[in-house]
Amino acid sequence: MTLESKDIQAIVRAASAKGTPLRIRGGDTKAFYGRQTNGQPLDVSGHAGIISYEPTELVITARAGTRLNDIESALAESNQMLPFEPPHFGDGATLGGAVASGISGPARPYTGALRDFILGVVCINGEGEHLSFGGQVMKNVAGYDVSRLMAGAMGTLGVMLELSLKVLPKPACQLTLAFSIDAATAIATMATWAAQPLPLSAACYDGEILRVRLSGSESGVNAAHQKIGGEEVADGDSYWQALREHRLPYFSNKQPLWRLSVPAATPATSTDGQWMLDWGGAQRWCVSDIPADMIRQQASSVGGHAILFRGGDRTTEVFHPLTPPLVTLHRRLKDAFDPKGILNPGRLYRDL
Amino acid sequence: MTDPNPQPAKIGAAEKQSLIDSLQAFLPTASVLHREEELRPYECDALSAYRQLPLIAVLPETVKQVQRILRLCSARKVPVVARGAGTGLSGGALPLANGVLLSLAKFNRILDLDPVNRVARVQPGVRNLAISQAAAPHALYYAPDPSSQIACSIGGNVAENSGGVHCLKYGLTVHNILKLEVVTIDGGLVTIGADALDSPGYDLLALMTGSEGMLGVIVEVTVKLLPQPESARVILAAFDDIEKAGDAVACIIGAGIIPAGLEMMDKAAICATEDFVHANYPTDAEAMLLCEVDGTSAEVTEQIARVEDVLNSCGATEIRRSNNEQERAVFWSGRKAAFPAMGRISPDYYCMDGTIPRRRLGEVLARIEQLSQEYGLRIANVFHAGDGNLHPLILYDANKPGELERTEELGGKICQLCVEVGGTITGEHGVGVEKIDQMCIQFDKSELTQFHAVKHAFDPDGLLNPGKAVPTLHRCAEFGAMHVHGGKLPHADLPRF
Repeated sequence: MTLESKDIQAIVRAASAKGTPLRIRGGDTKAFYGRQTNGQPLDVSGHAGIISYEPTELVITARAGTRLNDIESALAESNQMLPFEPPHFGDGATLGGAVASGISGPARPYTGALRDFILGVVCINGEGEHLSFGGQVMKNVAGYDVSRLMAGAMGTLGVMLELSLKVLPKPACQLTLAFSIDAATAIATMATWAAQPLPLSAACYDGEILRVRLSGSESGVNAAHQKIGGEEVADGDSYWQALREHRLPYFSNKQPLWRLSVPAATPATSTDGQWMLDWGGAQRWCVSDIPADMIRQQASSVGGHAILFRGGDRTTEVFHPLTPPLVTLHRRLKDAFDPKGILNPGRLYRDL
Repeated sequence: MTDPNPQPAKIGAAEKQSLIDSLQAFLPTASVLHREEELRPYECDALSAYRQLPLIAVLPETVKQVQRILRLCSARKVPVVARGAGTGLSGGALPLANGVLLSLAKFNRILDLDPVNRVARVQPGVRNLAISQAAAPHALYYAPDPSSQIACSIGGNVAENSGGVHCLKYGLTVHNILKLEVVTIDGGLVTIGADALDSPGYDLLALMTGSEGMLGVIVEVTVKLLPQPESARVILAAFDDIEKAGDAVACIIGAGIIPAGLEMMDKAAICATEDFVHANYPTDAEAMLLCEVDGTSAEVTEQIARVEDVLNSCGATEIRRSNNEQERAVFWSGRKAAFPAMGRISPDYYCMDGTIPRRRLGEVLARIEQLSQEYGLRIANVFHAGDGNLHPLILYDANKPGELERTEELGGKICQLCVEVGGTITGEHGVGVEKIDQMCIQFDKSELTQFHAVKHAFDPDGLLNPGKAVPTLHRCAEFGAMHVHGGKLPHADLPRF
């Protein structure tokens, strides 16, 4: 069903007047992510469609309910792509959901994160006001960067209506290479290569095999292959897609799935659980039943953090606890956008 | 929502002395400046048309001292303006007559450089270029390269979200930092971001970047370092028509090439810089493009050939390519000297900073030319063509009565034009005091109110750099009235030299 922005605005205004909590949803493909919440469903998947796309400007503007599939198809027609390779986690995944969850795919350490490509947002805040921030140009420092603030905020600051993103050309050539090595060697190798001018676009170690993706011009990719060696993986693209969508056998385990974000060269740990090192070592998946405090302590001790990504108890905090001064700033920012606390309350943290 | 920019009360001599005494209780006497001759160097940043002596200037050396300064100012409701190297172009570091100017010049140390994780932890007063110089032995560098990179400091880069000629490919400051240590107005110390690629909660790192000293004082920055490209080459292309040059930019990007830098200059800019640096620029051309590609040697060779094909098919009248580092430096020398070159042909110049959708370039340049004739002021255009960031340079003479005012009005018209075509009033220089009225064109009442609410979340009493970046609704109402009635000076409440 088509949903106009004024319809969404009316729903938010009514909810604001009554203090009714809303649970914003697009394709509902990421319902597993974040804390479990209750609220009156606000389905924005009907607010869909690409508003403008000019390939030579490298910018696309689309309504938040537009399916990622539709956006990626439109970009592919001009041989372009979303450089941050957002996971869909289901057919109905929308642009708004991708931005709200802020999750980026395998290319993230080399090409950039979802938040890096956000240029502008049109949204409705918790008081039902229709607001526009940023724009459709690459460089824009007028006003605070509210657009990027929406990335990963889990819908707690505003209902997104439209998003403008920077896009990039698809690489002319991609090649996936495999190396059978141990964990310590894999971590050191990924760090060494990342410090060299190589056309890397992904690197993941699954406990036995290090897979590396090279992207760029054919001559550049071939020259890099000559330099680093490795065994060519047939149909490498489907491996990275399966990794991005959590369709590898590793992710079929029913135990809680933790995501650790740590400095890339952090040594491997012996913590109980099965590990998968993506993002050149900077994003580490851990399937484990060990207590949350232990795994969080481990991430904090090296300057990172841990998220209970999937499974486990979704009524406790699933995102890494914030320091007291950050809790204060988060609380005040939430009040600044949503003083009645009606937008996805508790989805990110219990008190937001 | 309360007014985030309350005008703090005037401060009398006794109160000033009491503040000096309190500051000297924990700062060395020489770090608390209060006499006119000591304060003079702080009266402006690189937008020297606006000048104001601060009440007091302080030069702390430790984070604890910064915390105590902010705690003291917070308790006494004294506004604070943070300052880095003072190279800002929008008056973001313009002092307040009743405020403390907080210089971070003594925070000039690189604290740690980790070549394995490719990060550097630095103090805010460290110069942009010094980071790349320190990383060079590891074949790494810090990517954003604003034209003032020899002098500008990283703290200021974060406050303004600075770019540079390479940001089409490598991004702005916001894309190249990981973590900040920030002192809040109540004197608290908060870590924003992390040593990892992301951190939990809201993206406060993005919010702080480009916030123009309105939300907190940055006392430490962790930046990402990138591997130096193996090779870089630049192509210079001349065009007999500026629209053809604009189309060529679109064709290069449409061909799937993301150059490391893609710059355009119009005839006025070409001629002025050629007279200055003798880079052998084509002075008979209407427009000139500089297109740099970098990467592995194999990639660069392939891409240079493709760029050349595209330029030829777009009607370039002349194409030259750099064959070595020396030639590359010569090609860039004119572009990099464009601003000082204007200083040679005009007593003063005023640099604008709008960003526009690239496809509107021809139309925008034609309208800028019309405005130039209407106001009787020459304009030269240099353009970060790859990302649509236009720098019209308005040439004027401040000694001619009324010329600065006409220049400002013309600048305002150009800002308005950029917003009309779907762009923004500032791409990389910031709003500061300079473009504060034009913020009223770009944002409506509810958006400005939301900005004020964000400010309020960090700084409830409105003490950090008040009066900059985000106008009060009252100010916008007056600005609107000015447009209706005309003839009144813009920024009537701001000091003039």
